[in-house]
Amino acid sequence: MQDAHNEEKNLDQLYRDVLFEHYRRPHHKGELAGAEIVTKGNNPVCGDKVTVYGKLDAQGERLEEVGFDGKGCAICIASSSMMTETMRGKTLAEASAASDKFKAMMRNEAAFEVPPEVPDLEALEGVKKFPVRVKCATLAWTTLKNGILAYQAGKTGGETVEACETNTEKE
Amino acid sequence: MSNTQKAAAPARETIALDPRRVAQDFPILKQKIHNGKRLVYLDSGATSQKPFTVIDAMNEYYHVSNANVHRGLHVLAERATEIYECARTRMHFFINAYLPGEIVWTKNATEAMNLVAHGYARKFLKAGDEVIVSRMEHHANLVPWHLLAKDKGVVVKGIELNADGTLRLEELDAFLKGGKVKIVALTHVSNVLGTINPIAEIAKKVHDAGAIFVVDGCQAVPHLPVNVQTLGADFYAFSAHKMLGPTGLGVLWGRMSLLEKMDPFLGGGEMIEEVTISSSTYKEPPGRFEAGTPPIAETAGMTAAVEYLMKTGMANIRAHEKELVSYTLERLKSVKHLKVFGPANPEIRAGVFAFEFEDIHAHDVAQILDGEGVAVRAGHHCAQPLHEWLGSPSTARASAYLYTAKEDIDALVKALETVRKKFA
Repeated sequence: MQDAHNEEKNLDQLYRDVLFEHYRRPHHKGELAGAEIVTKGNNPVCGDKVTVYGKLDAQGERLEEVGFDGKGCAICIASSSMMTETMRGKTLAEASAASDKFKAMMRNEAAFEVPPEVPDLEALEGVKKFPVRVKCATLAWTTLKNGILAYQAGKTGGETVEACETNTEKE
Repeated sequence: MSNTQKAAAPARETIALDPRRVAQDFPILKQKIHNGKRLVYLDSGATSQKPFTVIDAMNEYYHVSNANVHRGLHVLAERATEIYECARTRMHFFINAYLPGEIVWTKNATEAMNLVAHGYARKFLKAGDEVIVSRMEHHANLVPWHLLAKDKGVVVKGIELNADGTLRLEELDAFLKGGKVKIVALTHVSNVLGTINPIAEIAKKVHDAGAIFVVDGCQAVPHLPVNVQTLGADFYAFSAHKMLGPTGLGVLWGRMSLLEKMDPFLGGGEMIEEVTISSSTYKEPPGRFEAGTPPIAETAGMTAAVEYLMKTGMANIRAHEKELVSYTLERLKSVKHLKVFGPANPEIRAGVFAFEFEDIHAHDVAQILDGEGVAVRAGHHCAQPLHEWLGSPSTARASAYLYTAKEDIDALVKALETVRKKFA
């Protein structure tokens, strides 16, 4: 019974008001013209599909603007929105590290820390308790990192497929 | 329209089921979840719940009869073999097969489909031969043919759908006229749209063109009276776990004349006649296709499941679900911005309801429904080509069975209102 009660609380933790705000009015959503980094992310099992954009400074080192576009569940869209807030102004190396760190946090491999500049990120901590939904939250972050790697390798485009660890599709 | 399927059985009186009384036989449905909420299980299309008679039969098997089948001379081996073979006989009566030996036990329906693809089609089809599937197929009736296409150059083509989610049978006619079709493989009931396809009508067309007809019966055998003789297909596959039985057991029914021509798909113990260092000969069907120690306790559970279904009456189950289809479609209409897929006519629809809210992702819907105690499925339901046609990568799906009551549908509708409010 205690467990059942906790689950109940968790669902409210999953759909936090802050998360809904980002879902309803996502930041930096829409195609970003002139972006050097343009990369797609796909979660075929859920049907979440995003395109992540990164516009670099004159030196080609720092992300001046970060945006995304696409369709997905509330977790995916809100997390994409928060990703753009987190990544803006970071160097490519910092952004890659931030992507890795976010993934580790969501997978419970690292302590959940909220960067002071993006306090809203705290709303995603509750997603950790829903393992099936973690990949919804990480999609845009992984996609940006892969976009950075591709850019550094002199490539554009590419598609990130976020593998589903818990296959819920068995019939 | 494809509701031209003549009622196979003569019209007869059905007895109204009391689903709430039926639910009393299913221990799992009695539990409370999420802080005292009643469990509303609407995911029987994925797997059915089990009555205690099925659970007890498997339990008793391990308590009293456990041994390996066929080889032993001792008392337990005899009991186990009898349980295993009696289940086969019982299943042959249940679907009205011509012979018990036409029932091949497999691991699941997917393996049954693969057995046809690899045991029959691989042997008899050649490059350029056509296999016809449809837009509404489960991946289990697509991927085995794709494997064959890759290896042998067989061509796989699909029948598209009418707007109401029925098959465009005129496309099948056109494919058959081309003269290259060797196999037609279709589902009896769509696991997303709920469409009941006119199998007997299609069987005639397929046979007139000299092709073989393979039917995926996973969503049909649990819910409709299925008589393989009147349906007239050549192979018919289904799984135990969707019809009150255990997981780990599936069935391939095939005409004996075809099974006899087929090569084994798995080699090993049980399926042989004689083995030397360099060669072996195989048993007659069905043993030829049952390599290794089979699921034995599961067949004990299957027998109990079939008995439960026969006692309840498949015609009664179908009548109950048909009524539930009308009720559910009507109730779902009251939910604003909700789109329900599949045929509106209950005569050609089983109790499967895939739906979508405008602008709310199916996983968000299913998650919030779960919080309200209502278990549905969300995703592509192993039918990606169909979801491509629906224009939506994933849908939420509620599916009913004999223990589903109108109250369960009311709970679904109420929970859907909660979803809408949360996302408004």
